[in-house]
Amino acid sequence: MIGFLIQRVLQAVMVMIAMSVIVFLGVYAIGNPIDVMIDPASSQALREALIQRYGLDRSLIEQYFVFMNNMLHGDLGESFIYRLPVISLIWSRFPATLELALTAMMIATCLGIPLGLWAGYKPDSWSAKAIMAFSVLGFSVPTFWIGLLLIMTFAVELGWLPSGGRGPVSNILGLNLSIGSLEGWSYIILPAFNLALFKLGLLIRLTRAGTTEVMSSDYVRFARAQGLSEGKVVGLHVLKNISIPIVTVFGLELGSTLAFAVVTETVFNWPGMGKLIIDSITVLDRPVMVAYLILVVFLFVIINLVVDLVYGQLDPRIRVKAAS
Amino acid sequence: MSAPVETRWGRLANFWADFRQNPVAVAALIVIVAVVLMAIFAPLVAPQDPYNQKALDLFDARLPPGEVGSGGYVHWLGTDAAGRDLFSAILYGLRTSLIIGMMAGAFALVLGATVGLIAAYHGGRIEALIMRVIDLQLSLPAILLALVLVALLGQGLPQLVAALVAAQYAYFARTTHGAASAERRKDYIEAALSTPLPARKVLFRHLLPNALPPLIVVATVQVANSIALEATLSFLGLGLPLTQPSLGSLISNGFQFLLSGRYWISIYPGIALMLTVVAINLVGDQVRHVLNPRRSR
Amino acid sequence: MSEAVLRVKNLQTQFKTRTGTLKAVDGVSFEVGRGRILGLVGESGSGKSVTGYSILGLIEAPGEIAGGEVLLNGRDLTRLKGDAMRRMRGAQIAMVFQDPMMTLNPVLKIGTQMIAAVRAHDKVSRKEAWTRSRDALAKVGIPSPEERLDAYPHQLSGGMRQRVAIAIALLHSPAVIIADEPTTALDVSIQGQILAEVRRLADETGTAFVWVTHDLAVVSSLADDICVMYAGRVVETGAAADVIASPRHPYTAGLLASVPAEHEPGERLPQVPGSTPSLANLPAGCAFAPRCFKAGPACTTTPPVQTFADGRSALCHYPIESDSCQPLSSTSTTYRSAS
Repeated sequence: MIGFLIQRVLQAVMVMIAMSVIVFLGVYAIGNPIDVMIDPASSQALREALIQRYGLDRSLIEQYFVFMNNMLHGDLGESFIYRLPVISLIWSRFPATLELALTAMMIATCLGIPLGLWAGYKPDSWSAKAIMAFSVLGFSVPTFWIGLLLIMTFAVELGWLPSGGRGPVSNILGLNLSIGSLEGWSYIILPAFNLALFKLGLLIRLTRAGTTEVMSSDYVRFARAQGLSEGKVVGLHVLKNISIPIVTVFGLELGSTLAFAVVTETVFNWPGMGKLIIDSITVLDRPVMVAYLILVVFLFVIINLVVDLVYGQLDPRIRVKAAS
Repeated sequence: MSAPVETRWGRLANFWADFRQNPVAVAALIVIVAVVLMAIFAPLVAPQDPYNQKALDLFDARLPPGEVGSGGYVHWLGTDAAGRDLFSAILYGLRTSLIIGMMAGAFALVLGATVGLIAAYHGGRIEALIMRVIDLQLSLPAILLALVLVALLGQGLPQLVAALVAAQYAYFARTTHGAASAERRKDYIEAALSTPLPARKVLFRHLLPNALPPLIVVATVQVANSIALEATLSFLGLGLPLTQPSLGSLISNGFQFLLSGRYWISIYPGIALMLTVVAINLVGDQVRHVLNPRRSR
Repeated sequence: MSEAVLRVKNLQTQFKTRTGTLKAVDGVSFEVGRGRILGLVGESGSGKSVTGYSILGLIEAPGEIAGGEVLLNGRDLTRLKGDAMRRMRGAQIAMVFQDPMMTLNPVLKIGTQMIAAVRAHDKVSRKEAWTRSRDALAKVGIPSPEERLDAYPHQLSGGMRQRVAIAIALLHSPAVIIADEPTTALDVSIQGQILAEVRRLADETGTAFVWVTHDLAVVSSLADDICVMYAGRVVETGAAADVIASPRHPYTAGLLASVPAEHEPGERLPQVPGSTPSLANLPAGCAFAPRCFKAGPACTTTPPVQTFADGRSALCHYPIESDSCQPLSSTSTTYRSAS
């Protein structure tokens, strides 16, 4: 088990180093940021001073090592645009994205698992077919377009909910969150639902596939032959078996939900990290781009690692393999 | 069910017989055909050329659906802020979106299948390395990769297609590798490899055909994904400029008017996008169902 | 003799498909007495497993029980619906399946699965359920049952798992256990141990077994009585020793002739010619006629049930007649296993 853990951690570190090189080189290959930052009419001296200040006159390799060195000390550089340390810039946007992503995941799970269970349990009922049709819509229709429809319906036509923005926040556990107040919820519910739809579609399909497989298995037949009630069959056998793929997906999708928040945040003007990266890309704010990407990759690697470990806990067959 | 006929036409006929079991999929296929035809014949069908700046009249701006503009014809779907007839803009936008989607899908297919075949053919370390990279790429969301690449490469049609291909080829590589490496382990391939037969003959004669059915399914879905991804990028302002509108940029363009109640500028292009993407996905689903070897007939 | 605990009368199970209705079980009748073992023998596709599932009411759509009765201690199970049937399953009548690798949930501990089985019928504490599970494992000859309860199925051998499945079936001391080829997937030596265990359990607990199998060798060493099925119908019944010594139905004779133990090494085994007919297009009259060495002109009409003086019966126009035994009548439809 320890050997397995060490192997996985080493792998994760390798991935991080490789990604940092790729991201760094990739992002630094884009045009000259100085042109964006200053007035073209400004003096050559000011230009040179800025170039020196941001270390742009040094070779790429040097710049990379400076960057890595700083990063290991928790310094991801300073935004060209905001003139603020990138770390604090991203951190200030982080709670907004996190609560959006978590609320979305919660919505997806609370709706997706019961709907998927039902669709798998009664696959021939018309309600199951309606659920499946809904799931196809959920992951094939682009997120931003559904966001527009939600805004049009609930904000413009019905006027029930605000069309965008974040609304009031309150401090919970040191983070500024919307979900502390009812008004905050009125702001988060539409974007969270929008972000949830893709995962919802996915989760419904996954749960349904797992349920149909388990329901047709011999051990469910055997459980029925023992006189277990249908509730017990589903609650004991089906839930335990489908929990493995669902935990995996839930974990992996948490990362991609954070990434997908880019789109939802733009549609709903939600002031999170996604909005920040889009703005940074349009103005070529390199340090923010690099830091955001490395942070996202880091999140992915950590999540993958945790999912692998949890997976082993859930499936006794894997645990044995890892131990031997 | 009719008996399996082992000619090419016979197989195609069987495929069609199975495919049409699902009326929803057939309807979706009809939608796709209609959309493609409209896109191809856009210049003949559209009352106006939305690329031609001279034909646009600002007096016609933001006309609601059904109004008659200065051109003397009815704008069934209204006009946008520049006075473009939305119906025409949508037809031309469909064109752009479909071209991008199909180009990206085709290039990603070729690149992905090649990479997957190479990995399956060589095996060993090369295979392990390639598949590790592919897996890593698959764990990152396509939207994020496309976003970064568009940021790196800049805006424009070739850059956009390149970004979409780079973000999506991994799906094809994974699929091809899965099917081909299962076949690679069979004895007859080992036998073929031990003869002086050139390697590419083995690759194309034996490995590729086995990977084809799943590849067709992935390709259908990926074309839809490319279209949706392109629309998303354009919506985020990272796609094509509005002088060359795709469905995504049309929607993005109308977004600002949505809140003031001029819904049509955004909503109609969106409906066209949704219809196209959902129809392709439904057809893809049915193709997957029909081609599934484990399916009971 | 004792009264029959399970009496199946003219059972009909059908599957409705696009191409038509398949009669998987077509008028099957038999009886099993307390503590006795009935071998239900047939090739795959003969309807023997479907018969087992039908008795427990575990037939799923598009299948359905179209007629007949399943009397358990006089109570017709086919009339029970939903929860009433559930309360019978596992408590009064239990089932053991073919593949022990598949019948236990791989991600749940043996203990969890057994406790659930206990508590499906008796509202007892977990602790009490655990104790009863442990005792049940001990009863089927599993060493150190406490540890087994804490194990996952994959940590046990196939034979051990099948013992666990039998222990689960025995938890509520049911009147009848239907065993669907439970030793087919096991090694021959393990099979022998389990058969001996089952024989002992039947004698000691009085539980009746319906042992579904394609293997006549198993039946000959285990069963009291035999019921041979072909194409959804019972073709021959009788006491196990008698049927094996002198089969009356040509099909049974063919099956017996192809058992390797009956022949010299190196000798070519005789086979029943042809293959099991598809239920979708059975020949008119006797379904076995096209493969039968005794087939005659009458075989295009439905064969009668011929009952013999020794209590045996065969569904045949031209049964193999031994010197001592002429057919008694051709009217009775039910075979009594109780002797």
